[in-house]
Amino acid sequence: MSDSVLRVSDLDVDLHLGGKRVRAVAGVGLEIRRGETFALLGESGCGKSMTALALMRLLPDVAGIAGGQVRLDDEDILQRPEALMRELRGRRMAMIFQEPMLSLNPVMTIGDQIGEVLTGHLGLSGAAARTRTIELLTAVGIADPQRRIREYPFQLSGGMKQRVMIAMALAGEPELLIADEPTTALDVTIQAQVLDLLRRLQAERGMSLLLITHDLGVVANMAHQVAVMYAGQVVESGSCEQVLQRPRHPYTRLLLTALPEITGSNQQLATIPGQVPPLDGGIAGCRFAPRCAWVRDDCRSRAPVWQGELRDGVRCPHVAELAPLPEQLREPMARPLHVGPPLLQVQDVQVHFPIRAGLLQRQVGAVKAVDGVNLAIAAGQTLALVGESGCGKTTVGKAIVRLNRLTAGDIRYAGQPWASLDGEALRRQRSQVQIVFQDPYASLDPRMRVADILMEGMASLGVGGSSAERLARVDRLLDQVGLPAAARWRYPHEFSGGQRQRIAIARALAVEPKLIVCDEPTSALDVSVQAQILNLLRDLQTELGVAYLLISHNLSVVEYLAHEVAVMYLGRIVEQGEAKAVLKRPQHPYTQALLSAIPRVDVARQPQRIQLNGELPSPADPPTGCHFNPRCAHADRLCRQEYPPVTVADGREVRCHHIVQTGGAYVPAPLKPALGGDDAISKLPQGPA
Amino acid sequence: MSAFLGFKPALLWTDALLLLLVVAVLLVVRHIRRHEHLAAPWRKVALSRAGMVSATVLMVFATIGLLDSMHYRPELPREPGAPAGAVRYAVEMRSLLDHLLDPLPVQVETSYSAPLATQAFNKTSMESDSGTVRDYPRLKFGGAHLSDSNTQWATDISARVLRGTLWGLATGLAILLFAAFVRGPAQALSRLFRWLVGNGDDAVHCVAWTVLALSVLGGAVATLAQGYHVFGTDKVGQDVLYQILKSIRTALVIGTLTTLVTLPIGVVLGIAAGYFRGWIDDVIQYLYTTLNSIPGVLLIAAAVLMTQVFMDTHPEAFETVTERADFRLLFLCLILGITSWTGLARLLRGETLKLRELEYVQAAQAFGVSSAAIIGRHIVPNVMHIILISLVMDFSGLVLAEAVLSYVGVGVDPSMISFGTMINSARLEMAREPMVWWALAAAFVVMFVLVLAANLFADAVRDALDPRTRVRGVA
Repeated sequence: MSDSVLRVSDLDVDLHLGGKRVRAVAGVGLEIRRGETFALLGESGCGKSMTALALMRLLPDVAGIAGGQVRLDDEDILQRPEALMRELRGRRMAMIFQEPMLSLNPVMTIGDQIGEVLTGHLGLSGAAARTRTIELLTAVGIADPQRRIREYPFQLSGGMKQRVMIAMALAGEPELLIADEPTTALDVTIQAQVLDLLRRLQAERGMSLLLITHDLGVVANMAHQVAVMYAGQVVESGSCEQVLQRPRHPYTRLLLTALPEITGSNQQLATIPGQVPPLDGGIAGCRFAPRCAWVRDDCRSRAPVWQGELRDGVRCPHVAELAPLPEQLREPMARPLHVGPPLLQVQDVQVHFPIRAGLLQRQVGAVKAVDGVNLAIAAGQTLALVGESGCGKTTVGKAIVRLNRLTAGDIRYAGQPWASLDGEALRRQRSQVQIVFQDPYASLDPRMRVADILMEGMASLGVGGSSAERLARVDRLLDQVGLPAAARWRYPHEFSGGQRQRIAIARALAVEPKLIVCDEPTSALDVSVQAQILNLLRDLQTELGVAYLLISHNLSVVEYLAHEVAVMYLGRIVEQGEAKAVLKRPQHPYTQALLSAIPRVDVARQPQRIQLNGELPSPADPPTGCHFNPRCAHADRLCRQEYPPVTVADGREVRCHHIVQTGGAYVPAPLKPALGGDDAISKLPQGPA
Repeated sequence: MSAFLGFKPALLWTDALLLLLVVAVLLVVRHIRRHEHLAAPWRKVALSRAGMVSATVLMVFATIGLLDSMHYRPELPREPGAPAGAVRYAVEMRSLLDHLLDPLPVQVETSYSAPLATQAFNKTSMESDSGTVRDYPRLKFGGAHLSDSNTQWATDISARVLRGTLWGLATGLAILLFAAFVRGPAQALSRLFRWLVGNGDDAVHCVAWTVLALSVLGGAVATLAQGYHVFGTDKVGQDVLYQILKSIRTALVIGTLTTLVTLPIGVVLGIAAGYFRGWIDDVIQYLYTTLNSIPGVLLIAAAVLMTQVFMDTHPEAFETVTERADFRLLFLCLILGITSWTGLARLLRGETLKLRELEYVQAAQAFGVSSAAIIGRHIVPNVMHIILISLVMDFSGLVLAEAVLSYVGVGVDPSMISFGTMINSARLEMAREPMVWWALAAAFVVMFVLVLAANLFADAVRDALDPRTRVRGVA
């Protein structure tokens, strides 16, 4: 095949961990063609990054290639001596990594780092290298490249660093660019910018792109061809449309139905029970058999062989006979209720963190993390607080749990003062409001057993009676969150991420709270595990009538769980209302841009992309007028001068000068093109045909 | 009762504290063994060859030090005419080690003699049949059993070495057999065989051979010491081997008791600074920055001089010379501790600053758990590895610090034998021709082995306990 750039066959990678040999990648076959975007999709630990590193022969010391071929234009690069690999890396194959902060040398200027690649691979130096560096930086959309080449990485934001990384990768004019989770560390609006850039560069240069990701939405928006990996093997391969619209392998099917975006909020999310099997032992049958909903007897004994072509096949012999999954309906989400006083009311809350400088540590300014927020959470319902990182949503959550001090404003719980409680009075009320954190690995003390973790709160707040009664309650809690009672004498490190998050939820439930602040409860988890936690949170709400404040940047999670949504930008809420209405018909330009930036799996539902320029300004020095005006396509003189008042439109509160209120009926604000033409609103190229 | 025993047990301050420390260590070991998550990293130490070999060597040093910490005052022979009940005890304190080493402590020559020598190092005038001659006199104890030292010396030495080696080998095998028996009475012999023949990667194998090597060395030295001064004698004719064995206790006391002082100060202040931040942090930071900027030697010298003045003005407080020396040693530990807690406090402050932002600490705060309980339950257990690592790391530094301070003259009491005082008294003799090298060399070698073992053990502990050092597999 002449148009194939890279052809991988039967690639095996072994990991040597403490005397054990683990086959992390087992018999992977791929073919990447010229000019195509090939997505390697899989959950954490499936071996996708190992595969990518093996292609570059950059595996860590503990890993080694145990067999197979990697053909780059008909040459098996696994046979190349290491000395000759250097002329391949960066020249014909380049790689960009997940964490741009760690991939750039902090003590070298941007220009020098790109220049190094140019000198090494193209022999450019001096003025020629400088000109080329500026061209590259312009190509990746960095403004004012003449100035930027003299800057150091710390002077750039995360999105800009990733652009510089891309420019460095492009410097050697590679035929194949390998991008390992290139946008996972970035915010959605920045992710959208970087993905647009990759798509444009790839189309312009006819370069092949191997995109490694766990995000089905990114795959749907970027890829021509997809391979799905599970437990070190490719289980399904095909065109993007084929794999995402008509998945064949049981794993792919379950993965897609585990997405709240696909399933919709009126159904139970499909979950994949169990965990990825350990790869150190000999696995006799199909690797997915223990978790498969359609498993048969022969699956457990006979390893399935690849069915079909290399670029269009599946590793399951039973695909033709799989019945569709039964739909498990759940009660539709009730409309938000506001009868009587809300459970928790947040009024004009400000949380400022002082900036101190000088010898005497005088306060010279403040980071206005939260700058006047109003919220009301109804009993037994879910309010979602949505925004990008740094917008202050976590600070609001912590203020509600009384983990930080308010600068101004008031919080009332069940009509009673809450923010002014302290000492013993606060301790007595603490059981009412609890919190579940984002990172299940940092939220459980590694030196305590599960029962001790669950009983800590009960003991401190005097909930649950005697210690024997508390122990019985621990069993009940573990049962409630779907863990066996035997778990109580085990330590956190013996559990997986999803199980740890269940323990964290049980810990919060232990003191019978009426409100739980869920701070990004699923963002550290894989899609299939995320589905389990989302199901659990909804079941617990139905069962116990607990209210949630859901802090998230993942709008499909919000859509699945929330009754109401508040969108936050730079310490203030810009739009707030019923979840369905806000997510379906966003009014504020920021909400519109945020929603359009999220890559959807269902490409047909992808709204027109609204490009946001720049990044979130610093909360220490917010822009005058409307905080959003420097990035807004609609901004005018008024926006730059005055912070907009609350406008009630279409049943929700919006802070924007351009929302026109006409007696309750919603009239969309006229969309004015931004200065410099309409390139600010770029149309999303639809998925590959 | 003591009259019946024939001696009176005497507990010095440092003895009591060392004993306390041993009990504390045993309790901690018991606690660790009962908790799987605490025991797991120590099992990694048990797999490290260098770590286990150095632990074995340290055990030998610790045993010598502990034997030297059991003091008593022997009963004096009853004076004629004294009443029956009146028992008098010697002013001199002796330790169990002294008792075991008898008669080494009292075999004092007149002056210098070289290792294993039979004659003194200096010529003296001696009366003989043919008048006064100047010659090297025979030693009073070294090789005194030989009738003709010139012809018999070599044979006697080789015979003793051979005998000592065999004795050592037998003792070593007996120890190993006992250990194998303790592990399980059944198949003790085959287990012993496996320990000795096992492949080179096995830490137990290395430990077994270390035990054998040490017992052979010990056996040879012990048999030689019965007839000779193995490492020679010093200026006043005292056996250098004896001095070295006595120095070990001083070094161990300094290395361990000082941490008893540093630990509470460092842990409390470090964690308080990191956890409470604000003005508490400021105060503690100023405190240790200030303390760190005062030259340590100056502070120690001043404190030691103050102790000396106190001891001189209160002679009635000390019954024996040993008690005086012990008081000064204790005070040295105290002042070393007060000047050396800053490193630990700084480390703990940094770690606590990180831990207090962790989500499980915040979850505990959301439950209204008190600060003291959070520190006790969440912070201390999670900085324990840092405390342990810095404890074993500091040990070797303190042993060296003692040597330097005693050399400068502000260390232990001159009457107390330590590596520092040995080096100090040996330094002037380095300029002699021919050189008196053995005292310095012996002190150097033994101290080097002790410190090296401590450092290697500390490395193994750090590798196992520090979560940042990952064990790398063999590719």
